Amino acid sequence: MKYPLTREQHLELYYYMRLNRQLEEQMVRLFRQNKIIGGLYSSSGQEAISVGTAYALEKRDWVAPMIRNLGALLVKGFRPRDIFTQHMARYTSPTKGKDGTSHFGSLKEHHVVAPISMLGDLIPVMTGVAMAGRYLGQEIVALTWIGDGGSSTGAFHEGMGLAASQRAPLVCVIENNQWAYSTPVSRQVPVRNLVERAKAYGVAGYIVDGNDANAVYQTTKEAVERCRAGHGPVIIEAKTHRMKGHAQHDAAEYVPKEMVEYWKARDPIARYERFLTQNKLWNAKIKEEIDTRIEKEIREDQEFAENSPFPPPELAEEGVYCEGPLPNEAEWLRPIEEVMPPKAGAKPAWTVKDFGGLEHPTPEVVAESSSDGTAAAAQKAERASKRTKKVAKARAAALSRGRR
Amino acid sequence: MAQVTFLEAIRQALFEEMERDPTVICLGEDIGVYGGAFKVTQGLLERFGWERVIETPIAETAIIGAACGMSYLGLRPVAEMQFIDFIGCCFNQITNFVAKSNYRWGAPVPMVVRGPSGGGVHGGPFHSANPEAYFVHTPGLKVVYPSTPYDAKGLLKSAIRDNNPVLFFEHKFLYRRIKEEIPDGDYTVPLGKAIVRREGRDLTIVTYAAMMHTSLEAAELLSKEGVEAEVIDLRTLLPLDRETIVQSVRKTNKLMVVHEDTKTGGMAGEIAAVVCEDAFEDLDGPILRVTSLDTPVPYAPSLEERFLPSVNDVVRTARELAKY
Repeated sequence: MKYPLTREQHLELYYYMRLNRQLEEQMVRLFRQNKIIGGLYSSSGQEAISVGTAYALEKRDWVAPMIRNLGALLVKGFRPRDIFTQHMARYTSPTKGKDGTSHFGSLKEHHVVAPISMLGDLIPVMTGVAMAGRYLGQEIVALTWIGDGGSSTGAFHEGMGLAASQRAPLVCVIENNQWAYSTPVSRQVPVRNLVERAKAYGVAGYIVDGNDANAVYQTTKEAVERCRAGHGPVIIEAKTHRMKGHAQHDAAEYVPKEMVEYWKARDPIARYERFLTQNKLWNAKIKEEIDTRIEKEIREDQEFAENSPFPPPELAEEGVYCEGPLPNEAEWLRPIEEVMPPKAGAKPAWTVKDFGGLEHPTPEVVAESSSDGTAAAAQKAERASKRTKKVAKARAAALSRGRR
Repeated sequence: MAQVTFLEAIRQALFEEMERDPTVICLGEDIGVYGGAFKVTQGLLERFGWERVIETPIAETAIIGAACGMSYLGLRPVAEMQFIDFIGCCFNQITNFVAKSNYRWGAPVPMVVRGPSGGGVHGGPFHSANPEAYFVHTPGLKVVYPSTPYDAKGLLKSAIRDNNPVLFFEHKFLYRRIKEEIPDGDYTVPLGKAIVRREGRDLTIVTYAAMMHTSLEAAELLSKEGVEAEVIDLRTLLPLDRETIVQSVRKTNKLMVVHEDTKTGGMAGEIAAVVCEDAFEDLDGPILRVTSLDTPVPYAPSLEERFLPSVNDVVRTARELAKY
């Protein structure tokens, strides 16, 4: 493995994936007891993606989860009680009952942006997060997930276009779980692999077995390093399967039984358990310890949620506007003089390197400025490229390298 | 004190806020090298560089989304819509993502969306819009629509410093036609406060943006006929300054609303409802509306002239109201 993990880290990956699944299974029970207020989504079968990608990030990095990224929220530091209270609409939930499901986040503590139900919107938003992080000198990476279905939205395309043109440190993980609600991916997208679109955006693309937590982790780690080094956005397509319906109400009878069997045999958690056993990273006693710990955490946090009050009705009227100070004031990790006059100015002119005719196969426009974040990122990438010599071929090699 | 155009006042606000606060950045289409379609941002790139004057692809959803993301890290982005009509392209980002952010999860979005709006320049159906009502109907946003250079500068500064998303409409008819002496240097005009532009005892005209000037012109004509109209310039449409409106109606007992937006579902209906709720007993006549026609904005000058409210329309309606 290019990015080796310690035994403790391997066990932690297992812990998060198992917690993800147990927590969701417990919520299904609560749903059937009418204790979940709204809908309930499942990431069953996709745990390796949420956990493996989020685990490849630093604490300072930012994520924006979708409905099937509960595992990422756990890795980012949220606890089962946050998930329970959100779904049960309690006053103690991260949104105090204002929103449900995985629609929550925290700016300062966790660097998690709350999603909305409109798919694709997070791509431009996280592009902005990535650009702001670069502007402030924070050297962060922004990572978000989207489904095969959501990758058809205009917001997705606009966001990828902006991210690419700005060389923003954005990692976009496409969870290809084969189904957009009830429509198979082949009826939505006329390409075999969604990552083929990376080339069209002019960004790096990786494809990975989304049910292999190690592969997901390794690929994301490499993508994150690329981003941090200034090479621009990365798209990772993780192949997987949604093992339940779109949400609890959906029995998913439209999914062929053989397909379910195919993917059942590739269950990410069972697979990771085999990996741990084969590599002697644990034994029955350790597994039992982890499972017991998870059971206890879920029990206690569910109890906490069930004992929590619903929000007082008058809360409905509060918080439309921010009346106080910003919760997340800009944190400058570079000299402010660099972005202030007289240092910041630029000549208002374009340098057009060729004129776009067919005899020039690679038209290129470069902004003429030394303080341009885009140009600076390009220069940084070029320097890195000269050092390693690998990077120039990275985009072409990415597909085969990422395939496992 | 110097004479400046409406457009120059806006540019001054941007320059001064960017000088004052490194978290203020601008993004939009053609705003850097070219200086923007109307040259509002001319000179910004030369002064502040590429990192703070960001040229984007033609992708309004990406512009708004990115600005929102930037604001989560404490920046104060000012996003330009090349024409405010294009705000329809990013309606979802503004009304669902940006507007609900603070309410849902306590994440304020201190950003400004500004752009040229309004008709009277033969821009046709897609370069003349007044889309303010869509956004006045969206809790979580603030909507500003100034009519004078002094207000444009002071309100834009307040908008940039505000911790909430503010839509800032710039009526393009006013850009180079309206000039005014404004103080040199820093001052602000508070959001959410209307102003009485002309005092009068007989009736109240509530208006904003370009129609403020039309209404003032009408008020002068009415004065010669012995009708003294009080003209209120709303300046901010959301939150609405109910108090100033109601106070004036209590004095004049008559209200008409003049705006360039179309009639059905426009601001005038909302203002009429406010007055019915708070000052019904004070009314001596019906609340009348002078607005554009309920049609798209037509292109030909003869059609657009018919479409827009004129000084004559205001005078005629005021005469009618004064009779009660």
